[in-house]
Amino acid sequence: MAPCLCEATRTSDKVRFQQVCEILERFERNPNLLVPILQQVQQVYRYLPPEILEFVATSLNLPAAHVYGVATFYAHFTLEPKGKHLIKVCDGTACHVKGSTQILEALRQHLQLKDSANTTEDMQFTVETVSCLGACGLAPVVVIDDDVHGNLSPAQAVQLVDQTACEKEEEQ
Amino acid sequence: MTPQVHQNKLLIDGREVTFSRERNLLEVCRKADIDIPTFCYHSHLSIYGACRLCLVEVEGLGIVTSCTTVPKPDMRVRTTSPEIREMRRVAVELLLASHDRDCPTCPKNATCKLQSIARRLGVREVRFKTTVQGMPLDKSSPAIERNPNRCILCGDCVRVCREIQSVGAIDFAFRGSKTVVAPALGRPLGASECVHCGQCAAVCPTGAIVPKSEIEEVWQALADPEKKVIAQIAPAVRVAIGEAFGLPSGTVATGQIAAALRRLGFVQVYDTSFAADLTVIEEGTEFLNRKQRGGNLPMFTSCCPAWVKFAEQYYPSLLGNLSSCRSPQQMFGSLAKATLPAALGIKPEQLVCVSIMPCTAKKFEARRPEFERDGIRDVDYVLTTQELIAMIEAQGFDLASLRPEPMDLPFGQKSGAGIIFGTSGGVAEAVLRYVLSKTYATDLARIEFQEVRGSEGTREATVEIGGAPIRIAVVHGLAQARRLAEKVIAGETSYDLVEVMACPMGCVGGAGQPVATRRNTLAKRAAALYDIDRCVEIHTPQQNPAIVECYRDVLKAPASPKAHELLHTHYVSRRRVIAEPLEIACPKEARIEVTVCVGTNCFLRGSRQLLDEIVRAVQARGWAEKVAVKGTFCFENCRKGPNVAVGKKLISEATADVVLQEIENQLPQKENRELAVR
Repeated sequence: MAPCLCEATRTSDKVRFQQVCEILERFERNPNLLVPILQQVQQVYRYLPPEILEFVATSLNLPAAHVYGVATFYAHFTLEPKGKHLIKVCDGTACHVKGSTQILEALRQHLQLKDSANTTEDMQFTVETVSCLGACGLAPVVVIDDDVHGNLSPAQAVQLVDQTACEKEEEQ
Repeated sequence: MTPQVHQNKLLIDGREVTFSRERNLLEVCRKADIDIPTFCYHSHLSIYGACRLCLVEVEGLGIVTSCTTVPKPDMRVRTTSPEIREMRRVAVELLLASHDRDCPTCPKNATCKLQSIARRLGVREVRFKTTVQGMPLDKSSPAIERNPNRCILCGDCVRVCREIQSVGAIDFAFRGSKTVVAPALGRPLGASECVHCGQCAAVCPTGAIVPKSEIEEVWQALADPEKKVIAQIAPAVRVAIGEAFGLPSGTVATGQIAAALRRLGFVQVYDTSFAADLTVIEEGTEFLNRKQRGGNLPMFTSCCPAWVKFAEQYYPSLLGNLSSCRSPQQMFGSLAKATLPAALGIKPEQLVCVSIMPCTAKKFEARRPEFERDGIRDVDYVLTTQELIAMIEAQGFDLASLRPEPMDLPFGQKSGAGIIFGTSGGVAEAVLRYVLSKTYATDLARIEFQEVRGSEGTREATVEIGGAPIRIAVVHGLAQARRLAEKVIAGETSYDLVEVMACPMGCVGGAGQPVATRRNTLAKRAAALYDIDRCVEIHTPQQNPAIVECYRDVLKAPASPKAHELLHTHYVSRRRVIAEPLEIACPKEARIEVTVCVGTNCFLRGSRQLLDEIVRAVQARGWAEKVAVKGTFCFENCRKGPNVAVGKKLISEATADVVLQEIENQLPQKENRELAVR
């Protein structure tokens, strides 16, 4: 299993496994409900670890290749560990025209993301692009965790990310 | 009386065609002898509609895919037009753009459906940029090789694996332009639950999935002056190989194969049907013993290596029901290695046993560690029918024009019972013959058991023997086997004998055979085997003089200790996938690792509750810092679940008390040892 780097806030493996078992039982191990099951499991781990996918497949009596197929099909699912905060930069047509590329570049530079990496080394932030959030009137749009921010400049986006980091720390 | 089937009529290219139960327009067109091109349609698989080649124009509907269109009375259908031709051509061009066109070096060269359809449709150029990415090849399986660069994503392999075999070892992964067909979690096929039946390769229209070749190894053995290379030929090979040399399906080419093998340098040519005769006697004896002494019934046949691996993976509770008989291939191998070196005056390591099989799973079977003595495999190499064809072609002669030659004695002699092993229902029929003649202690009044013949996925028959009914089921396709196994476990059946073959129609439809291009090819091959049986002089193995001799000189008696040593085997529960254990509670300083199986069988036996209890108790007793608890997917000991390992000790039928006791036993010992080291 991939090591969890945020030791302080870490939910123990035991609790998380317990939660996965509860999810499976809540859905009565119904293989037709694979997608909602995976969604909830992903909430527990923030990604879908391979051995958990294997466990889900075994529990639902589905071939693991099928579960893998579903998990890789939907952009919502991720098989790589993600950071504590998820930043989605919209790169749909409207946002693209309004400069989403510059926002993305600014964020990646600010968070020191190199090459193909999307997650910061301290596992705090993951930056990804999405194709359209349906909020084209607010373009360019960035979603940080579950908050939508519109009409952003690169500098504002960077500022927002820093704010998020501070606020969340204070909350805890 | 058969029910009257209502016949409807429609027009195809101006010709009137009748139809009744055809499930789509494509089938109706084929019935009218119009071969509409398609990659993704197979009559035994679900309809997928992906390749977009089977386009036809229906008046009032426009251009539609014929595979997804239900025939209706008075439909007016055109199977070709300039527009349809252009659309098909563009579709093939696009497929070719994403396909690695390394045709001259591809094993499917000249038998490739993509090639032949491109040729038929007159595709002379590919106007689109190639998108082949150079993905890595997967050579991890002993039976099958995958080259994703040649895949056109028709999904035939995915559906045959899931629908016909109910395995699902491969599936589509990722999406859009990144879509690939792959085993779970990006693992290699060799680490998956694949049972090596190779049906994926049999339906693959390109060279993306092909049987693994052992041709080079065999050429080397043949060229080695120190080695004596012998061959055994499986029954289904002789009725299919001719197809590659222009002979009609179902031509019996036994004598030509023997001649060809001698020309290739094989010193002795034997018949797997001889070993099948042995299988009949051993399996028949085992069956009678079980029946009389109340052993595990139904008894499942064990000749099909894909079925055996399938049972080991999914039905550990039924392993006691599998016949302990080795398959004919392995019976031959062990007998040959035990007796032939002396007979041929050579050292055991000089003898190379090559089997010619219709099957890809036999390659896996030959590598099972239990079929190896002192580091020497009983069967050294397994060539599929396709590989033998390739070797004959490489040598440059035409099988069809060879003069037939006999096989060598003693292992070349067989009865008709050993021949019909090559088709679904054959093993059951052969065993019935033996059981019947044993019971009445006479020669047979009856030879043919039409009840078990045929092509339906599951066939049932009851045969009265000695006043007692013997209930038989014959299945082919592992999905059918799964259904039947579930019923047996649920106690809903009362069969005595169940024959299982993984491939359609049994071994005649094996994945190592030439690809069946016509719909009645398999039936013709099967019919040819029954014809051979009808024409040979002896129909039961106990009349085979070579078998009588073999029991007299080597085996002594059916089911004797020697017979058990050479001809029988055992089965193990087998994990489906090789996966990392799940970490559940793993402190850094842990001294003991407790691993609880969370796989299907152990789950059903309450491993989940057990896991909870263990985790709770470990904490309650203050061992939380010393004991790591993990979940694993299989200890390959499913019949005795739930299984828990404490350190290196495996506890079967585990209870929390026993596990905790074992942890307690191990804890101080470890600490003491550590103190002593310090």
